[in-house]
Amino acid sequence: MAHETHEQVDAVTGVTTTGHTWDDIQELNNPLPRWWLWTFYLTIVWAVLYAIAYPAIPLVSSYTKGFLGWHSREAVVADLNALKQQRSGMTAKLAASSLDEIKQSPELFAFARAQGKAAFGDNCAPCHGAGGAGAKGYPNLNDDDWLWGGSLAQVEQTIRFGARSTSDQGHSGTMPAFGRDGMLKREELSHVADYVLSLSGLPIGKSADLKAGAKVYADNCAACHGDKGQGMQELGAPNLTDKIWLFGSDKATIMEGLHNGRGGVMPAWHGRLDDTTIKALTLYVHSLGGDQRP
Amino acid sequence: MADTPLSHPLGAASAAPADEAPLYVPRKQIYPQAVKGRFRTIKWILLAVTLGIYYFLPFIRWDRGPNAPDQAILVDLANGRFYFFFIEIWPQEVYYITGLLVLASLALFLMNAVAGRIWCGYLCPQTVWTDLFYAVERWIEGDRRERMRNDRQKLTLQTAARKSLKHFVWLMIAWWTGGAWVLYFADAPTLVYELATLQAPLLAYTWIGILTFTTYTLAGWMREQVCTYMCPWPRIQAALTDEYALNVTYRYDRGEPRGSMKKNEALKLQGLPAGDCIDCNQCVNVCPTGVDIRKGLQLDCIQCGLCIDACNSVMTKIGRPEGLIAYDTDMNVKARMEGRPEVRRIVRPRTLFYAGIIAVVGSIMVTSLALRQNIYLSVMHDRNPLFVRLSDGSIRNGFTIRVANKHLDERRYVLTVEGLADAKIDIVGGELDQQGRAIVTVGPDQTLEARVLVTDTSYPTSASTDLHFVLTDLSNGDKASTSDHFKAPER
Repeated sequence: MAHETHEQVDAVTGVTTTGHTWDDIQELNNPLPRWWLWTFYLTIVWAVLYAIAYPAIPLVSSYTKGFLGWHSREAVVADLNALKQQRSGMTAKLAASSLDEIKQSPELFAFARAQGKAAFGDNCAPCHGAGGAGAKGYPNLNDDDWLWGGSLAQVEQTIRFGARSTSDQGHSGTMPAFGRDGMLKREELSHVADYVLSLSGLPIGKSADLKAGAKVYADNCAACHGDKGQGMQELGAPNLTDKIWLFGSDKATIMEGLHNGRGGVMPAWHGRLDDTTIKALTLYVHSLGGDQRP
Repeated sequence: MADTPLSHPLGAASAAPADEAPLYVPRKQIYPQAVKGRFRTIKWILLAVTLGIYYFLPFIRWDRGPNAPDQAILVDLANGRFYFFFIEIWPQEVYYITGLLVLASLALFLMNAVAGRIWCGYLCPQTVWTDLFYAVERWIEGDRRERMRNDRQKLTLQTAARKSLKHFVWLMIAWWTGGAWVLYFADAPTLVYELATLQAPLLAYTWIGILTFTTYTLAGWMREQVCTYMCPWPRIQAALTDEYALNVTYRYDRGEPRGSMKKNEALKLQGLPAGDCIDCNQCVNVCPTGVDIRKGLQLDCIQCGLCIDACNSVMTKIGRPEGLIAYDTDMNVKARMEGRPEVRRIVRPRTLFYAGIIAVVGSIMVTSLALRQNIYLSVMHDRNPLFVRLSDGSIRNGFTIRVANKHLDERRYVLTVEGLADAKIDIVGGELDQQGRAIVTVGPDQTLEARVLVTDTSYPTSASTDLHFVLTDLSNGDKASTSDHFKAPER
């Protein structure tokens, strides 16, 4: 190979070099096959065609649309419609069945729970938490304490029309602001707060006057919360004898409620969500805790 | 070459107009010649066996009873099942496939440690289909000389007709390749009928189209370029091999100096060195990748052994012993030249190591397959809330369970919890029997998700208690169990 050319030949491999050297490392010229080059050109042609066919180049206030007319938003809508189409059979069954019928059918029940879980995440989780765990003032949906009732029908009613909502079919009934509105004096509030604490066996101060508290309770509270503090679901008046406290069970919190009143709002979802979604939500929420008692 | 001075690199950069050299090379057309012999026969047999398996396997039936397909090998993508004779794999058992892939690569390594690129030369689909396409080419267009002559001449009507026929047959084979592929994904006889009556799903036709295209392109046009430029295995193989691995080797100790028969006979008479290689080039002519094996081990060589056959037939003709090209090692060639004894060692740390891992992985897989249960339970604790206080002060935890029934009939299971003294169980999506046990009913070959509520009526003292879920098949008493925790507020 020692013939008269300008080519440099690597002594070890017998391969010509490209003449490029970096840090004494030579680049050998092992050429790629020509089809490789053509493939490279083909990708360039592809890129040009792609840029013509699809949205590609950003302009000042718009972008090139591409002659195929493909649009990512329309593609998503088409996908969603296809999904709805795919689910239409089950959705129709869900719409046609009553809540109890759905609960009896394992297939429908599973479908409703899955759909309800998704709808819960979209609509309910901001207040009630991702798993329905609730927060201060927002009921925990996993327990067995239901302000407005925990049966399937009651849960559906509450979701559909809400509580203290804009719907005239929604639950009404609020805790009055006994202190702020001057109905009760401060020491009366303190007595009744001690009495309420005693109803569920919570510790109370030594100076508490339970007798005075009971009197205030009978005169002002028993109408809604019941003689024994058992609550009344028709009015959303919570049971004061159990271990569940929506806002907290310390005396200061109870005093705050007595002074300012309470009236958390659950919006009405009727009209915002379709009937099958509300059904699915009902079954999902009911499956979290529902009316089961321990 | 040896006397080429290695000039200073910097000087080279300035002096050599090597930039003018082409950056890309035109492909050299290869016209492999027909050959007969031991390795050719082995290759024909392997070709028939491997293609036979590929094309006809989907038609083998395997009775699994009702509620399951009767195709021996079926990838049921719609239902997420893989059937292999008596084995049924669920998606969560995909580690068996991983295990198979591990075994396959280890087998490849072992093959490589014993005798180099056996896979490349005999078993690789690229080799097998290319071999078949070459056979078609020879059958229609004639052998090496005739094909080269026809390609050199101006295109005649006859050559054009033969080439068209060749491409037609290639396309038919490619189409059948794609056709067989889709049969692994649906009931084969039904799909064949649907395909023939144009009722098959579009996806089936699309896949047949894709595989027809790839087979036709890779085996008809790309051929040895796939091995040289596209396949990573030759590179990996070169890094994994050692000096003991048998390779198709030209025994230059015996062959060199090469020369024409007449010349070498004359040299021998004069008492001068003369090799057995008569430089007839038959080894190059038959090579499907166009290499000259006499240059030694090289990347392009797929070690199919056809040059051994070609050389052996020449050696027989001129009355010399066979095996001028043979499965041998460069180490032994050098040893013979220096008068040292040959070393042949198939059993050595490397092969033992590979065989050992294969045995270990294989036995793990067989054991897990044999001990695998047809009942499966997974439990997931609610993340939010971790626990719920009920109105009477007891604590409840919610769990999502999934029960898999791998039997081909419906089963009823009872779910119990262990670890809590006063645990009460409730199930959403299941039922409670008279004794208050949670019952789940799962259809044949299905899974069921249910929500389980566990309530501790005595106020638990620990923030976290170990809890065991036990699922018992009511029909045969098979059990599956899994552990979780019961969470409660800190006291």
